[in-house]
Amino acid sequence: MSVREFPLPDVGEGLTEAEIVGWRISVGDEIAVNQPIVDIETAKAVVELPSPFTGRVTALLVAPGAVVPVGTPILAVEVSDREPVLVGYGVGHEQGRRRRLRGANAPQQGGAGRVESAAPQQEVTRLVPPGKPMAKPPVRALARELGVDLSRVTPTGSHGDITRDDVRRAASGNASSPAPIAARPVRGERVPVRSVQRQMAQAMVRSMTTAPHVTEWVDVDVSATMALVKRLRAEPEFADARVTPLTIAASAVIHAIRRTPIVNSSWVDLPDGSAEIELYPFVNLGLAVASPRGLVVPNVRDAGSLSLSGLARAITEVTERAREGRLTPSDSVEGTITVTNIGVFGVDGGTPILNPGEAAILATGRIVERPWAVDGALAVRPVMQLSLAFDHRVVDGASGSAFLADVAAYLHRPPH
Amino acid sequence: MTEDVIRLLTPEGERIEHPDYPLEVDADLLRRLYRDIVLTRRTDVESTALQRTGELGLWCPVLGQEGIQVGAGHAMRPTDYGFTTYREVGIFQVRGVDPVELLHLYRGVTHSSWDPRRVGLGIFTIVIGSHALHSVGYAMGIQRDGADEAVLSCFGDGATSTGDVHEAMVFAAAFNAPVVFLVQNNQWAISVPVTRQARAPLATRAAGYGIPSVRIDGNDVLAGLAVTRTLLDRAREGGGPAFIEAVTYRRGPHTTSDDPTRYRDEAELDHWASLDPLDRLRRHMERVGALDPEFVAAVDAEADALGELLRETIRGMEAPDPLRMFEHVYAEPHRQVTADRAAMADYLATVETS
Repeated sequence: MSVREFPLPDVGEGLTEAEIVGWRISVGDEIAVNQPIVDIETAKAVVELPSPFTGRVTALLVAPGAVVPVGTPILAVEVSDREPVLVGYGVGHEQGRRRRLRGANAPQQGGAGRVESAAPQQEVTRLVPPGKPMAKPPVRALARELGVDLSRVTPTGSHGDITRDDVRRAASGNASSPAPIAARPVRGERVPVRSVQRQMAQAMVRSMTTAPHVTEWVDVDVSATMALVKRLRAEPEFADARVTPLTIAASAVIHAIRRTPIVNSSWVDLPDGSAEIELYPFVNLGLAVASPRGLVVPNVRDAGSLSLSGLARAITEVTERAREGRLTPSDSVEGTITVTNIGVFGVDGGTPILNPGEAAILATGRIVERPWAVDGALAVRPVMQLSLAFDHRVVDGASGSAFLADVAAYLHRPPH
Repeated sequence: MTEDVIRLLTPEGERIEHPDYPLEVDADLLRRLYRDIVLTRRTDVESTALQRTGELGLWCPVLGQEGIQVGAGHAMRPTDYGFTTYREVGIFQVRGVDPVELLHLYRGVTHSSWDPRRVGLGIFTIVIGSHALHSVGYAMGIQRDGADEAVLSCFGDGATSTGDVHEAMVFAAAFNAPVVFLVQNNQWAISVPVTRQARAPLATRAAGYGIPSVRIDGNDVLAGLAVTRTLLDRAREGGGPAFIEAVTYRRGPHTTSDDPTRYRDEAELDHWASLDPLDRLRRHMERVGALDPEFVAAVDAEADALGELLRETIRGMEAPDPLRMFEHVYAEPHRQVTADRAAMADYLATVETS
């Protein structure tokens, strides 16, 4: 018997690293060639890797969530020596041949907490001697044209290379001004920003830089909502749905839109510089969900046409798929208004950011027992805070407040 | 999809006749088609796995398109010539090219390792649509030689948006060249749906060039065989070019670097999985009693052996000498290439192999 290691391959033409999303096997499992063993996420895609070996798993060398360089051993498998050693796959082959500069210092990085590793780590081949500025040929040409000495330019490129802008800055005498981002010294651990997070970041910046946000709050006594949730959970019609206060809040939003339809709309900039507001005759109710891959906002299509039980089922279904990472692209487009339940994180309220293109987003806070004045006397009631953010280009204070008050009234006295 | 397509096998595997495309089918032919589809699929699955374990730089999956490819491959005569994209594994299977040869390119070992003159197939063409021009040029050469041959020119729906394909069709029509354009409309040009590129069925475009066209069910291997054979015969006899739109579906990613879940729905995938070309042929063979267990087991064993052969051969494949790439650029010494080769040699002298 001998143990073989599987080094993380480059599955996407020039990728340098990948995140281990999850193992499909455990130590001790007998696995076969081509059996799916692990899901990894690269900058391009989430892909499933098959096993190159038949044998018994002796170690999973990288934990889920870790980002490791291509070439890092991720799996160890004990294989039978009676099986023919695959041609070219025995000792000495490793991960193909790599080249490095003669005499270059070649540090062996530890892969994800490992001390020893059988396969050498991937190294970056330095094509440019240390000290010589790195710049692509067109940038060098620009520098020549502008009479800029590249060795005096501060590089800001993502690989420490000099960009056109760097050269232009240097040419205009700004070379000594602090260069942005890349020149900032690294004082902590830098974590790359990946697909879902990058999409979230872009959406948030787009929303905050285009829509003037206003946030309003209201506290509401949700005793009746809690009682309703309890009652519905016992009804057969709701047997296959997860009924929660969020279900009632979603229903409240749909209800309140009927009186204040302007919150269910989009601001649309037209090419000629004018603008229009598009009011939707349907409600595609977005739900912000913390999925394993990050924040996703799938929506329930035409939520206004559903019965309360239908709505409860639809919310259950879409949030479950989101948490399991099984959303399809069409789940997350064409939303018209969003609800985000931040109460699950134990907080009361916040200032939510609009899903880009939408005019309103409602955050529901935690439900907590509070002293509450009822008919002139102090009582203890379950209270929830609602935070509504709206796009003030579309929705004015009166409309936004009316909508929020309607949602609160519905949760205070649900008509079911 | 596909209500207006020519089909000789229903998705349930029932044989139907088409007056324009008669086809004599016996058990032996069915078995050969079955074997070629199974082996094509195994080459595809194994190559995807080899890419995922770091043995290939890239692979372009074929899953779902084997029906039209194997059908069209069987429609060609040995003397015919084909120009293909990088995805026509089924045609190479039928033409007897060792699947290992297909992987040299994807491992980055060599550009092409088969002899195009011997197998009658050009190299895998990566540049989208460029080989449509080569196809027509070759077909015009056939005319000038007076040879009894025809050309099959394979490309995808995305390629129909390129200028090269337009020019190729203009020339094919103008010279009445013996070429059959076979478009595998697999619905997606990477992430762009065919409906964005074409407001009308692709087959209707051919009328604008004066080229007759047909739209066929690309997941029906018998329709692929009968229609392609009829139109190649017609081209050989001087009838001129023809255009086939085979409506099919790429069920895998565009390449192993692609993530199709970002742009298409699972429901779409399920629909096309239900129209699988191998399942359809299998159902038909069961209906006519041409699928005995011994035969199925023998083909499966052959596929397993093929998988093992691919794994072992590819894993053992040595990287070529980097200087080799300069050797066949020109037939005779060339000043620039000689200088480039010397510069590369100088660079290699500064690095060591670990």
